[in-house]
Amino acid sequence: MRLRAEEISFKYNNNDKYILEDIDFSIESGEVVGLLAPSGYGKTTLAKILAGYEKPTSGQVVLEGCESRNNGYAPVQLIFQHPEKAVNPKWKMRKILSEAGMPPQELIDAMGIKESWMDRWPTELSGGELQRFCCIRVLSEQTKFIIADEMTTMLDAITQAQIWNVVLTYAKKHNIGVVVISHDACLINKVCDRVVSLTGDKRDVISPHIETNQISASC
Amino acid sequence: MMEQVERIQVPQGPLFKFGVREKAIIAIGLFATVFIVILIAGSLIPEDSLDVDLYNIFASPSLAHPFGTDWVGTDMLLRTITGLYLSMKIGIFCAVTSAIIAVLLGIAGPIFGGKIDYVISWLVDLVLSVPHTLVIILVSIACGGGLTGIVIGVTVTHWTSLTRVIRAEVMQVKEMEYTKISRKFGKSKLFIAREHVFPHVIPQLVVGTVLIFPHAILHEASITFLGFGLPPHEPAIGVILSESMKYLTSGKWWLAFFPGASLVLVSMMVENIGRNIEKIINQKTAYM
Ligand SMILES: Nc1ncnc2c1ncn2[C@@H]1O[C@H](COP(=O)(O)OP(=O)(O)OP(=O)(O)O)[C@@H](O)[C@H]1O
Ligand SMILES: [Mg+2]
Repeated sequence: MRLRAEEISFKYNNNDKYILEDIDFSIESGEVVGLLAPSGYGKTTLAKILAGYEKPTSGQVVLEGCESRNNGYAPVQLIFQHPEKAVNPKWKMRKILSEAGMPPQELIDAMGIKESWMDRWPTELSGGELQRFCCIRVLSEQTKFIIADEMTTMLDAITQAQIWNVVLTYAKKHNIGVVVISHDACLINKVCDRVVSLTGDKRDVISPHIETNQISASC
Repeated sequence: MMEQVERIQVPQGPLFKFGVREKAIIAIGLFATVFIVILIAGSLIPEDSLDVDLYNIFASPSLAHPFGTDWVGTDMLLRTITGLYLSMKIGIFCAVTSAIIAVLLGIAGPIFGGKIDYVISWLVDLVLSVPHTLVIILVSIACGGGLTGIVIGVTVTHWTSLTRVIRAEVMQVKEMEYTKISRKFGKSKLFIAREHVFPHVIPQLVVGTVLIFPHAILHEASITFLGFGLPPHEPAIGVILSESMKYLTSGKWWLAFFPGASLVLVSMMVENIGRNIEKIINQKTAYM
């Protein structure tokens, strides 16, 4: 199975400047691809387009090898940058966790989610604790691709490692493709098979085959 | 360095701050109690206590009859409470039916979008552009007068502004990431409306419902006063008022004054409850 973006251009309708121009991108099942760009380059925008939250102004996103379904569980799931916006503040954590079905207990334990968090409101958890919930929600048999938009940017190294460990192990086991969006080259170097950069000679254009080891030797 | 460190202090406020929030809670408690007392008193007054007492007709307010007596000697205080009780029942009923319509249409519009939202917005604009009293009179006459006519009339004219408020709130919640994520989990629009959106509109719903009540009872009284509402044998405030018009010129002021003032007081009280709930919910003003 392959998730492919073909010549995607995008602008938010009210202003005339293109945020993304003629982007080509593709990822295979089971692959872990890094998407690297500094802040404000349109990473989140591209992530939303790939996951179907926004329609590209031109170009298209296709999921090859999967019959399209309009309703039901989406095969491409996005983990948002800000977990506090991705959970309903009027819901208790237990309900948030099980919205797409209760994950198995060993996954909950591996993610480090404590039973005592379950009866709290989202405002009573830290960002890192919340993000664990948001990550575990997309770890489902029906998920084919995960787009992780700065998933662990605001977390410390140990928590970051723990969460990525769980997500990548699950992805490997179920042959899920993962797009790792970050401005942190170290993280991308560690976890990705392949890296794509939104910056370059021509801004906004991804050259899909920059190899990981070229990017940063500083980590 | 040490001096600087020592000077840093956590500001110490009084342990219990008597702010807008506390005042609001006290006001709500007080007025709600009065409201409930009137309701209970009204339901306890037996029909035969509204007796004819021909030795005591047109007695002006006194200790025995604080609100005076009418043309057949019935105590006006009892008549007023019975009238308020009826008005309040109608008011509660109208407020609840209007609120149900408002919450259904206010959520359905943005959630289903497209033509449905267009039609609902159009209906709101249409109803808002027609004078209330006129519609209530027409509906009341069309329904043959009486309770049903008034309830339907008030309901069809009073669901609109709350629908607008709820619709605006739903539009915001609909754009939130968690509702969009819910769609990607394959959740239905009905699930999203019920589980994600509804909890967010409860505050507006409560305030809106309470604020419809004063409108409802004042409309009911005025329509009844004009003779298009409740029939003359009902113990309604509107009936008392129109009856008292006959005696007003001969100086029997208490016949109209006390029932009218009570009705206005009750509606102001409930308006005040609504405004205070609003203050408590709106955290920005709560501690000013
Ligand atoms: N809803 C919106 N309407 C208009 N412009 C927007 C909107 N969202 C983002 N933008 C603009 O699009 C550009 C790209 O934003 P985006 O959020 O995709 O950047 P990013 O690469 O994810 O940045 P960061 O690393 O800070 O998350 C920014 O210049 C931003 O101002
Ligand atoms: Mg971003």
